[in-house]
Amino acid sequence: MSDGIGARVKRKEDKRFLLGKGKYTDDIRVENQSFGAFVRSPHAHARIKGIDASAALAMDGVLAVHTGPELKADGIGDIITGWAITSKNGDPMKIGAWSPLATEKVRYVGDSVAIVVAETQALARLAAEAVDVDYEVLAPTVATGEAMNPGQALVHDEIPNNMCFDWEVGDEAKTDAGLAGAAHVTEIDLINNRLSPNAIEPRSAIAVYDDAEDHYTLYSTSQNPHVARLVLSAFYNVAPEHKLRVIAPDVGGGFGSKIYIYPEEITCLWASMKTGRTIRWTAERSESFMTDAHARDHVTTAKMGFDADGKIVGFKVDTIANLGAYASLFATATPTYLYGTLLSGQYAMPAIYCNVKAVYTNTVPVDAYRGAGRPEATYVVERMMEKAAREMNMDVADLRRKNFIREFPYQTEVLLAYDAGDFDAVLDMAQQAANVAGFQARKAEATSRGKMRGIGYSCFIEACGLAPSAAAGSLGSGVGLWESAEVRVNPVGTIEILTGAHSHGQGHETTFAQLAADRFGVPIDNVSIVHGDTDKVQFGMGTYGSRSGPVGMSAVMKALDKVEAKVKKIVAHSLEAAEDDIVIEGGEAKIAGTDKKMAWHEIGLAAYLAHNLPEGMEPGLKETSFFDPVNFSFPSGCFICEVEVDPQTGTTQIVQFVAADDFGTIINPMIVEGQVHGGVTQGIGQALMEGVVYDDDGQLLTGSYMDYCMPRADDVPSYTIGHGCTPSPNNPLGLKGCGEAGAIGSPVAVINAIVDAIGTDVEMPATPSRVWAAIQASSMPQAAE
Amino acid sequence: MSSITMTVNGKAVSQDVPDNTLLSDFLRESLRFTGTHVGCDTSQCGACVVHVDGRAVKSCTTLAVSLEGASVTTVEGVANGDLHPMQAAFNEHHGLQCGFCTPGMIMTGIDMVNRYKAAGKPLTEKAIRAELEGNICRCTGYHNIVKAIEDAAANM
Repeated sequence: MSDGIGARVKRKEDKRFLLGKGKYTDDIRVENQSFGAFVRSPHAHARIKGIDASAALAMDGVLAVHTGPELKADGIGDIITGWAITSKNGDPMKIGAWSPLATEKVRYVGDSVAIVVAETQALARLAAEAVDVDYEVLAPTVATGEAMNPGQALVHDEIPNNMCFDWEVGDEAKTDAGLAGAAHVTEIDLINNRLSPNAIEPRSAIAVYDDAEDHYTLYSTSQNPHVARLVLSAFYNVAPEHKLRVIAPDVGGGFGSKIYIYPEEITCLWASMKTGRTIRWTAERSESFMTDAHARDHVTTAKMGFDADGKIVGFKVDTIANLGAYASLFATATPTYLYGTLLSGQYAMPAIYCNVKAVYTNTVPVDAYRGAGRPEATYVVERMMEKAAREMNMDVADLRRKNFIREFPYQTEVLLAYDAGDFDAVLDMAQQAANVAGFQARKAEATSRGKMRGIGYSCFIEACGLAPSAAAGSLGSGVGLWESAEVRVNPVGTIEILTGAHSHGQGHETTFAQLAADRFGVPIDNVSIVHGDTDKVQFGMGTYGSRSGPVGMSAVMKALDKVEAKVKKIVAHSLEAAEDDIVIEGGEAKIAGTDKKMAWHEIGLAAYLAHNLPEGMEPGLKETSFFDPVNFSFPSGCFICEVEVDPQTGTTQIVQFVAADDFGTIINPMIVEGQVHGGVTQGIGQALMEGVVYDDDGQLLTGSYMDYCMPRADDVPSYTIGHGCTPSPNNPLGLKGCGEAGAIGSPVAVINAIVDAIGTDVEMPATPSRVWAAIQASSMPQAAE
Repeated sequence: MSSITMTVNGKAVSQDVPDNTLLSDFLRESLRFTGTHVGCDTSQCGACVVHVDGRAVKSCTTLAVSLEGASVTTVEGVANGDLHPMQAAFNEHHGLQCGFCTPGMIMTGIDMVNRYKAAGKPLTEKAIRAELEGNICRCTGYHNIVKAIEDAAANM
């Protein structure tokens, strides 16, 4: 089957994008349009003493200025966090109220204070500048590692020490005992640098209010329009669900940053009702840097103990995680259940203990970004493994092999039970592709050119397709984690698949269609995918956490099962055969071993004409499914990075990058490899150049692409990709999810390679100045004793 | 307000626009060529690249009134019935994911190939990567964009 599972089918959605005919939110025009702009706090921490909008309102063409107290008076709810974390002493997490428009205090630079609505975008922005807010400036709390210190300003007056929760996982006593008895203990201090996701399409919203129907429509750059509608309805009280339609049209990248329902969407919807005008708002890039959820930002100390043979006997990790000013939707789950639970890595560890303290600071909220918690866990585990190997004079790959998990399912000491994997095979594959055997010769040649060459590994595992709903609920999740699908066979035999997953670059219009093409042998051009509109698709949880494959496609498979069963009944009845004798292939249903058959369009027509259906069968051919997985899936992989560092300048060049993954079954290798390329590049960005910087006053210094360094084409190499395959037993296709692996596994491979090259530790981002300084510091002549 | 006349995608257009109107806004808002995207405020991301008199230009930092009499081509104007070889190569090599940076990549790619061909210089992988300095993609990691431009160069 040329368009079926495993085929490199070219993308069906490409044409409209290539012709410039994609329809992104800001491309859409709705009647009665006006423009919104936000008045934002210029201070990291301040009390609002008064707001004077008279100058703005006096400008010709300014329609309205609305503020926080008005929004509260209309009953608009505070922004929620979706996962309840319990501290180790049993206390619930402490949540600071987050009003979509600030009422009493502003808590980060960019915090929204008011919305201005005007006839043009330029005027709205000008008028926002003219709104005079009287602030009493307060001292801010900025640095992650200092947020809990005595005397630090309180981000939320009622939350002591700025601490949201003090969470733990694993067995501390057992881990301490393991470390106490260890032959060798390696210690490491790490900072996981703060990032900005930077989808190239800025966030955008068009809010439409229809007073005749008392109905709202929101066009939004959302990864999960149904979740947006649910939250806007149930928690923010914008409108009941049946009076609110959310459309996420073409969306220009998400990477997690478009999961959340931000103040702007809520405020635009509410203000569209207040003004009776359609309100269009699109972020400028500087606004994206100021208000899109940031990522990572951990300060960690870790200890790992080994026996005399190099086997891990205990692993203890203490992390302070920065939540920013408010707890965003997944912010509390990310540094806990998506981080501490992954600290066993690919290794059999008899004892693990992780403590995470989450702190509020006067910075933009931090939330899930490609990988979400798992890159941070991988960074700790894999920095540790290479540091320990060097300290024990062992080969970095040998130490890993000595500790690999080899029997599945494997119950870790930190809640998760791994489903499947073959870590040796993937490491072998990566080592072969990277020609590790030839490394010393390459290093010698580089040395002759005055370059420092190093090689670094990352053997990682992640958990994707968060599930099952009941287990997640017992751990504090506020949502179900299933996915829905509907398969409609039309009377002419064409097929529409409606999915609650959302594509913002992942290629669902191709890969989801491959499932139907594979199952029924119909041409892929006869299959279309419908997604991203709450009026069309019944419900769905959207796309994040690499869940479209393992969860979303599984729902489609279940719906296809039901369609297939009904088709067999219809055909068996029409052809007077037994259901068990019906075989579906090549777009036809046949009686096995005969030439009696019905073409796909004949079957569709029969179902809808309903002239000759089996007794009691309902007409039509449309089936729905909700799929709730029994467990996470666990993609794993081995990345090997080779770098050359110029000791004169500290510049790092990545000369080779091998990414060998185990994603289980692969639907479309072309698309999967594209996901890996993109994820690895984001990880290289984190390792070498990306980093959000706030100064001591909480001013954002990295507010544009001139200050925040994004990876460009000449910063990265061409990649070598390999695929292992141990199918997940937890879903019908054996899928594990491929969206995040690149970003999870790559930062630490790059840093390990640099550390190998220069012989000393360096933190992310390993900019030329940092690398140069590290080389200088390590090669300083030692003072005489 | 100024009156401007230019050719956009082969058709003459004449309009009154405020003097501070950016070419990107003129194309998107006045002419509704929304294929030209704006991804940043600082001329870094390149999603807005169009051709002005055959040269690649960032439309987000070009004033519309400065282009009196110019010929502007946007991503909507490069296909001639079939996809342009550059567009076809992006499909063939999976050189796009979310598609937002793609119009700028296509326009930069075409410009790059034209310049190298005119100069008789080979368009190597290294050269393509260096030439993409002004275009940011967050999805593809550039791997397949580079392949697509290499391939298109052979077919243009």
